[in-house]
Amino acid sequence: MNKLIISPAPHIHGGDSVSKNMTSVIIALMPAYLVALYFFGLGALIVSITSVVSCVLFEYLIQRYILKGAISINDGSAALTGLLLAFNLPSNIPVWMVIIGALVAIGIAKMSFGGLGNNPLNPALVGRVFLLISFPVAMTSWPKPIPFNTAYIDAVTAATPLALLKGQFAEIPDTLHLFLGNMGGSMGEVSAAALIIGLIYLLAKRIITWHIPFSILFTVFVFTGILHLLNPEMYATTPIFHLLTGGLMLGSIFMATDYATSPMTTRGMLIYGVGIGIITVIIRMFGAYPEGVSFAILIMNAFTPLINNYIKPKRFGEK
Amino acid sequence: MKTFRIGGIHPKENKFSAGKHIQVAKIPHHVVIPLSHYIGTPSEAIVKKGDNVLVGQLIGKANGFISANVHSSISGKVNKVDVQLDASGYKRMAVFVDVEGDQWLPSIDRSSDIIRECNLPKAEIIKKIQDAGIVGLGGATFPAHVKLTPPTEKKAEILIINAVECESYLTCDHQLMLEKGEEVLIGTTILMKALEVNRAVIGIENNKKDAIEHLQLLAKNYKGIEIEPLKVCYPQGGEKQLIDAIIGRQVPSGKIPIEVGAVVQNVATTFAVYEAVQKNKPLIERVLTVTGKNATQPSNYLVRLGVLLSSVVEQAGGVPNGTAKIIGGGPMMGRSLMNLDVPMAKGSSGIVFIDQKESIRKPAKNCIRCARCISVCPMGLEPFLLMAQSERNMWTEMENNRTMDCIECGSCSYTCPANRPLLDYIRYGKTTVGGIIRNRK
Repeated sequence: MNKLIISPAPHIHGGDSVSKNMTSVIIALMPAYLVALYFFGLGALIVSITSVVSCVLFEYLIQRYILKGAISINDGSAALTGLLLAFNLPSNIPVWMVIIGALVAIGIAKMSFGGLGNNPLNPALVGRVFLLISFPVAMTSWPKPIPFNTAYIDAVTAATPLALLKGQFAEIPDTLHLFLGNMGGSMGEVSAAALIIGLIYLLAKRIITWHIPFSILFTVFVFTGILHLLNPEMYATTPIFHLLTGGLMLGSIFMATDYATSPMTTRGMLIYGVGIGIITVIIRMFGAYPEGVSFAILIMNAFTPLINNYIKPKRFGEK
Repeated sequence: MKTFRIGGIHPKENKFSAGKHIQVAKIPHHVVIPLSHYIGTPSEAIVKKGDNVLVGQLIGKANGFISANVHSSISGKVNKVDVQLDASGYKRMAVFVDVEGDQWLPSIDRSSDIIRECNLPKAEIIKKIQDAGIVGLGGATFPAHVKLTPPTEKKAEILIINAVECESYLTCDHQLMLEKGEEVLIGTTILMKALEVNRAVIGIENNKKDAIEHLQLLAKNYKGIEIEPLKVCYPQGGEKQLIDAIIGRQVPSGKIPIEVGAVVQNVATTFAVYEAVQKNKPLIERVLTVTGKNATQPSNYLVRLGVLLSSVVEQAGGVPNGTAKIIGGGPMMGRSLMNLDVPMAKGSSGIVFIDQKESIRKPAKNCIRCARCISVCPMGLEPFLLMAQSERNMWTEMENNRTMDCIECGSCSYTCPANRPLLDYIRYGKTTVGGIIRNRK
């Protein structure tokens, strides 16, 4: 008999892995990605490939030449960050801006804090917000959704419904179009329907729980509903409109649920979700920006360590 | 169907030896009977080299309150009293006996008749259980009589029989219920009498439907005994989890089950109680499962204490090819053995062979904060945090985060997608924090 292996219990493992989790999230993003390719065509393809390739490449280069440590690009988290960053960008943004966004996301928001799991803020959102503040024009000229579009930088642009609202335009698309994604916006955020399919997949695979997405959506629905009922003239938009527009679906399903930057207890998740919902509505209704989901998530990311510190799981034997 | 309310996992059951008849293991030429138990003070040898012993004869006297008698499991001549490597990986005192024949103490009733009547008073029952050296056979090996004598200000309301067997692979309790169902129920009645309770619940996980049906049928003739099928979920066999599952009360942190009016005994312990009280038979043998994915003959054996495990494994077809790890006990809470030349002990419930692929842990990655460890922890702890604090020697913080509540079920390590050795670090922290707490007193 060969020598036996000695180790403490448990002696079996469930077989779950980081890469399996990341792959599942990437699969859940596919319906929305297909919608992006359908409406934004070539531009969506160029932006997403650039973003994914540069995120993976930056992570590799940093681990290889700066940290001189183990290479972990196989775990899929860099590719996921790349895809999420692309989802948060307009499909007609120049390639070099995408690369800068990827560098900020991976280099500053992720690797400088110690890599996967140690980043306090969502890397893709940091990349997006960096680009939004640095290149406001490029980041807010949205291409018009045209099926099987082959235009890229020269795409015809259209405002997002939320921007239309702030600008007092009248041609806001109807609810069905909003639901399916036939509107201007970042390439991955437009189709609520496709994102909800992804949500169902994530819940079924138990990658995430319902707490974060539902608490955000519920809070936005209730808060905007109250404002709408109090003063229908000033706050003309319905709660449904708010749920379907901007980055709310993408943010609440895929960005706010990022493991590393969201609270770890269910009670903490609810507080976090309600916080994101409230800040989103405040920015949308009273702020200068038409859209507030990414800022809201980043602000609540910053509160996450505090929430983790004070909100403990329900202990066994505790009343 | 009932189950406990916090956490839990569902490992693959792999009960290959289910339904395999309990075979009587052969008695080898030498046995090494351990004087020590995992919990409590080792007993004191009362025999010496050259003494002749009979089956059932007392050879080790309980030494203190939490300690249990040890009896000879075979007849023969004492070779020596010396240290021996046991299944826990430590060298501990044991009595080495060379086997001669199979002579039993005449007071032991060896017939197969079932004795249903028990008219002994409470104190005498407990005395008999104590004398027979019965300990918790689920693995913790806590002396059974101690649990039957709760502090006077506490009153037991319910007896819970732990027949959950939630560890994958193991089937010893399952098979015992199928073959000795009547005896288990009589044992339950005796325990009820000892505790002066009129309600007992036998909790069985629903993956043992035949045992549930068998006992339900038999229980019709016994007053106050209910059979409760439980939804399969690990670690339901944990005492606190089982009480929560059955009566919906949670034992507070740092307290014992009697706090919520419950006393829990394992089903194999209950059978041993029957044998001790009705048959005058001390605890000298128990059922052991020998199994594994590649095991040639997954089986259940009735093994005398002190028999070296290698001899049982030989009867079960030997160590299968490709085995890289051998576990004494179940795969979630058992200990990996250095070799098979360790003696059968009161707490030995199984030998599980694990192949090369499953034996090697994958390298740990960064914690991705997925919170799965929190969601599976049956005690409502934060394993990721306790590990981080243990790595940094933050003992006060670990204590405040209730590390001493950890039951070491291993659900956190099992679930972790980053393969982090959560329980290893928590166990290390528990040992240290436990020492700090003891020094404070």
